[in-house]
Amino acid sequence: MSGTDQVVPAAIRFVEVSKSFGERGRRHRVLDQVSFSVPKGKTTVIAGGSGQGKSVILKLILGLLRPDSGQVLVEGRDVAAMGYRALQEVRMLFGVLFQGAALFDSLTVFENIALPLRERTKFSAEEIRQRVGVTLEQLELAGHEEKYPAQLSGGMKKRVGLARALQLDPAIVLFDEPTTGLDPVMTKEIYHLFTQTQRRLGYTAVIVSHDIPQVFTLADQIILLNKGELDVFTEASRIPYSTKPNIRDFARQVMGLEAGEE
Amino acid sequence: MSQEHPHPSVALRFVGGLGDQALYILTDLGRMGIFLYFSLLGLCKYPFRFKELVKQVGFIGVGSIPVIFFTALSSGMVLGLQGYYSLHKFGAEGMLGSAVSLTLIMELGPVLTALMVAGRAGSAMCAEIGIMRISEQIDALECMAIDPFRYLISPKVLAALISVPLLTAIFDVVGIFGGYLAGVKLMGVNGGAFFAGMEQSVTNHDLRLGVVKSFVFALLLVWICTGRGYFVQKIRGAGFGAESVSKVTTQAVVMSSIAVLVFDYLITAVLL
Repeated sequence: MSGTDQVVPAAIRFVEVSKSFGERGRRHRVLDQVSFSVPKGKTTVIAGGSGQGKSVILKLILGLLRPDSGQVLVEGRDVAAMGYRALQEVRMLFGVLFQGAALFDSLTVFENIALPLRERTKFSAEEIRQRVGVTLEQLELAGHEEKYPAQLSGGMKKRVGLARALQLDPAIVLFDEPTTGLDPVMTKEIYHLFTQTQRRLGYTAVIVSHDIPQVFTLADQIILLNKGELDVFTEASRIPYSTKPNIRDFARQVMGLEAGEE
Repeated sequence: MSQEHPHPSVALRFVGGLGDQALYILTDLGRMGIFLYFSLLGLCKYPFRFKELVKQVGFIGVGSIPVIFFTALSSGMVLGLQGYYSLHKFGAEGMLGSAVSLTLIMELGPVLTALMVAGRAGSAMCAEIGIMRISEQIDALECMAIDPFRYLISPKVLAALISVPLLTAIFDVVGIFGGYLAGVKLMGVNGGAFFAGMEQSVTNHDLRLGVVKSFVFALLLVWICTGRGYFVQKIRGAGFGAESVSKVTTQAVVMSSIAVLVFDYLITAVLL
């Protein structure tokens, strides 16, 4: 386990979580008794190949999926055992940037960003206009507020998604494949925006990505998943020295790293 | 725990498949029941989206007026002609107004209106919700702690409950006018006898039956269409992505149409 969670308190903890999918007789176990912590105020990158359960971890954190067994603790409260109302309270802690940005097609950029403020706060229309205006400036979206998501490029959609995710000053922000489908310039820009906003707002970040190894530059902690095994690192250079054979395989096959190549 | 047999016989597999299908249907019914409960509960939650309600009444109600108008007019005219043809054999053309109006108010008005709305607005609602589900927009609402039922579904439910009975009333009036055109203007039935027959035979009970049907049909079609879209990823055999939305939309229209016809018989049997 990483050393970070011994110093910094955990924002999220997985305790022996298992999750399977598929119908009776054809079930596929994606997570098998997985345990790890996400330290508060730090950036945790969850990486691994496709179908290894990275996005499942995000959905478990948000209570969109329930684990078959184990506990998912957010700020010490077990999301897996919560009722609807308690879950709504916990979700107020989060901002989420979805893989496809998940913007509402029928709403303009302004309406998309203003939605959490309109629905979850008592701000006046003028206050909402001002707050959204500031965000639009910060994320270089000014002048695009009347456009619809279908009129935006992939990178702009991600920026609008990030703007919406940050509207309620979340304590934890989850990023599901934030750079998928973007060119290298856009990818760099999204990473820059991430660093900027995290420095300013100080949120706990969980980034699920397969943009290896670039995404590791953002990480305070790295969680690698491969073929049901999981390992936690504080530095990418330690990955080839994992005690788990499937993680070492991943380092060799995907990252081209062998132990002793540091 | 019993272990699964490594080589189950054909009979065992058949029985297992039946049980599996029964469990799926029960699970699906339960899911849809809970969906209906939360959709109705969403009507009582603050803040209610009044602007969205107006938009949906515009889409389901006002947008359906042309199709309802032409369906009603042609149905009424066919009823007028068919009714005249049958009644003429017995010299009872004077009963045409009664026959046309009762048929429209108690049966054809509520049923055809519901079928038209299911085909036009129900399919669109199912596809909209389904696309929102597969593109994670509903997940995004949940993650923002916004109740998707209050935000998305409940305004559609209330809009259907307002629109369908009003559309049914329009259908009845236009249909009776169609019957009048065919019977009185084309076939020469006495206009006074047409309306007098209608006035004498149509009672409050008949009107009430039509109103009850239109409310029940509205709830059925909006429930099934939005519910199938909401659970698009949980429906067995629907596939994935755009294909799943198209399959589930077709399924929703077929299911809601069948439900309307089955409940039409049940309500008639109970209330007539």
